[in-house]
Amino acid sequence: MCLVFISCSESDDYVPLVVEENEELSGGNATSFIFSPDAFGFSVDGLSLDEQITFGVGNSLFNQNWVTAPASTTARDGLGPFFNARSCSGCHFKDGRGRPPAFEGELAHGLLLRLSLSGTDQHGINIPDPIYGSQFQDNSILSVSNEGTLKVTYENITVTYEDGNSVELQKPTYEMVDLNYGAMDPSILVSPRVASQMVGLGLLDAIPEMVVLSYEDENDADNDGISGRANYVYDAESDGFKLGRFGWKANQPSVKQQIAAAFSGDLGITSSLFPDENCNGTLNCDEIANGGNPEITDENLDKVTFYSATLSVPARRDVDDEDVLKGKELFNTIHCSGCHIAVHETGAYEIDALANQTIRPYTDLLLHDMGEGLADNAPEYRASGVEWRTPPLWGVGLIETVNDHTNLLHDGRARTIEEAILWHGGEAEEIKNRFMALDKEERGQIIRFIETL
Amino acid sequence: MKKNIFKLYLPGLFALALTACSSDDNGTTGTKEEEETLVRTEVISNYADVVEANYAQALADAEALQDAIDTFVAEPTQANFDAAKTAWLASRESYGPSEAFRFANGPIDSGDTEELEGLLNSWPMDEAYVDYVEGDETAGLINEEAATFEITKENLIVKNGEGDTEENVSVGYHAIEFLLWGQDNTDPSEKLSGQRPYTDFVDGGTAANQDRRRLYLQLVAELLVDNLQEVADTWSSSYRTTFLALPEDEALNNILSSIAELSSSELAIERMAVALENQNQEDEHSCFSDNTHRDIRLNLEGIANVYNGTYGSVSGLSLADLIEEADADLAAELDALLTAAETAVGATAIPFDYAISDGITSEEGAKVQEAVVALTEFGNKLLEAKTSLGIE
Repeated sequence: MCLVFISCSESDDYVPLVVEENEELSGGNATSFIFSPDAFGFSVDGLSLDEQITFGVGNSLFNQNWVTAPASTTARDGLGPFFNARSCSGCHFKDGRGRPPAFEGELAHGLLLRLSLSGTDQHGINIPDPIYGSQFQDNSILSVSNEGTLKVTYENITVTYEDGNSVELQKPTYEMVDLNYGAMDPSILVSPRVASQMVGLGLLDAIPEMVVLSYEDENDADNDGISGRANYVYDAESDGFKLGRFGWKANQPSVKQQIAAAFSGDLGITSSLFPDENCNGTLNCDEIANGGNPEITDENLDKVTFYSATLSVPARRDVDDEDVLKGKELFNTIHCSGCHIAVHETGAYEIDALANQTIRPYTDLLLHDMGEGLADNAPEYRASGVEWRTPPLWGVGLIETVNDHTNLLHDGRARTIEEAILWHGGEAEEIKNRFMALDKEERGQIIRFIETL
Repeated sequence: MKKNIFKLYLPGLFALALTACSSDDNGTTGTKEEEETLVRTEVISNYADVVEANYAQALADAEALQDAIDTFVAEPTQANFDAAKTAWLASRESYGPSEAFRFANGPIDSGDTEELEGLLNSWPMDEAYVDYVEGDETAGLINEEAATFEITKENLIVKNGEGDTEENVSVGYHAIEFLLWGQDNTDPSEKLSGQRPYTDFVDGGTAANQDRRRLYLQLVAELLVDNLQEVADTWSSSYRTTFLALPEDEALNNILSSIAELSSSELAIERMAVALENQNQEDEHSCFSDNTHRDIRLNLEGIANVYNGTYGSVSGLSLADLIEEADADLAAELDALLTAAETAVGATAIPFDYAISDGITSEEGAKVQEAVVALTEFGNKLLEAKTSLGIE
């Protein structure tokens, strides 16, 4: 039973805002409606029985700890020797978002540091540090010392709105202390990355490439201040270059490679895509037991990949709330929607349930200059030291429910949605300034809208 | 002051344009609306009665478990130990069906009380987090120095899921189960559960820190009652009001989606298919007591309770009645699928670790797989009823 109320007011300066059809279905048919702490963990509807079982087994592989080899659990041994976490869920707790450590030495909450020296190899891949590799691992198996400890310190920065209200931002500084394998190269480039919520990855993969490329505007031909560039990255499976879609710099071409890279870098688990252990010159890794070659079988890697691709997206809440509708309108008016593009159509895809869906991820998957404030100054493929991929916003409003925190941005420095907006610079500087010029109620409406995503 | 703006969408045949300033109210003639005789609010309030009755029973059984544990802790004998285990098994009989309410955005796992489900029923559990395990006699919170970890209710709650590790289960049914049974280290073919001796709780008996173990057991039992009390109280007060005030389609969607999710995902896949695929006792829901076969049957009982609108003496207008009215063929199909699921689940071997131990190709494994198929078929078909009911 649905009622359409038609306003009878004669004064027509107020046009009531209305909900778009199916606006709450962020993932199209791949949307879930359970808003519990498990909200990020449900499979999409419409999977075959075999696919559902694959999802379930993938889920168990995602959650269970990997252990030091040799072990009775042969399917899950081979951890390390260096690692950041013992399981995928160590950083993506309940398939959700990580955060920076709360104190020095707190391990495995989903923030890590990528390391590189200037220059690239023949595949365009960054040159790793000769000792510490391409990622700083603050954890290790018992027989080996860890690489060191991650230390984050913050400096407060006050931002004041035109109406006099102010917000404290915290600007992080990253240090690697208690190093166990000698000093770090002084020219090392450090890029902090936090684990994102896992929802909708297969849907993003199913957006046709030409659609993504259609939003590119490298020279800002339309003069809206927003450029948008695609990243092209090395694809290990095809030994060629592909459009980057995943990761904070659009640095991974596929869900599978994103996962294999995480198994390698974050857990120290080798796979057919990344067969080399994270060793370093001072250890003889041939003498450290491994969990087989590779440590995760292709079959199990595929299961975790399938699982990660088929996590459904939570539906939006309160789409018909008036403040939310006003917030959405303002989000579009001040042009947040220039990069956070709401609606996409997925195309043909190997997983039927994800094909031909109307989805609302709020991203263009492209790289944008976000300004010096957010810069890591560590290039990756075509992404410069000031560029980041627009992150999808779906699920953002449920991070608190799932993960008991509200940290955002690539390194979790923003403690609230408001702080995240205020960190926007570069191409988004102008848009941020428009946000700052709004009155308190309007700013609150934009935030309220984002909370419903 | 917020104003809600109604959704604009046209489900099939009837959408009424009500103009507030017109007295013209003949817009409903001949629409499908008039043929609807069953009152949906009755289905919704009967569901609330089912939920309240089920949680009340779960609470009563948890209180009985707490009494039995208090008796055992005061006088740790074999007889009292056995009585506590019997009470634990009895408490699962009423909690199991209540899992049919788990995915309905209700107090068990959403809103201000969203943490309760995790405090009550977290699994699988890293046993070494709580107590000694084979190969490590000093593992677990129980065997920590009193100065390092003080066993209090508050501290045990903090420890549950600490470090963002789901297997760090410190409280709830399965923590109690582990304390009463211990690890199940026997081969599934022996059909034995965990063999913890009662003397683990007797000063000077087996294992160390018997006094801390007694205190731990007593407090987790107390917490179980506290947490169930909170679910039951919320349902019979504030949340009942909230629930009955939901738009009908949202309430029905919550009711229906929750049992579909339990049937085809949580129960069929997470609790059965994964364990069968991995052939791993550790993937069993109640692996210490070997009571997983009951968990499975009781979850399905809960699904049927919600579908048919019954629990104990509560009975009324149900989801099944609504579907019957909207689409008799679909209702007949669903009845048949539910019966088939009950038959298939009932045919699986006991204990569950034995049923899965030889994998999907074995005779017993194939029966588990049949049950998985039947449960997913019922759950998936039930989702189709959303269209028939116009509640998508």
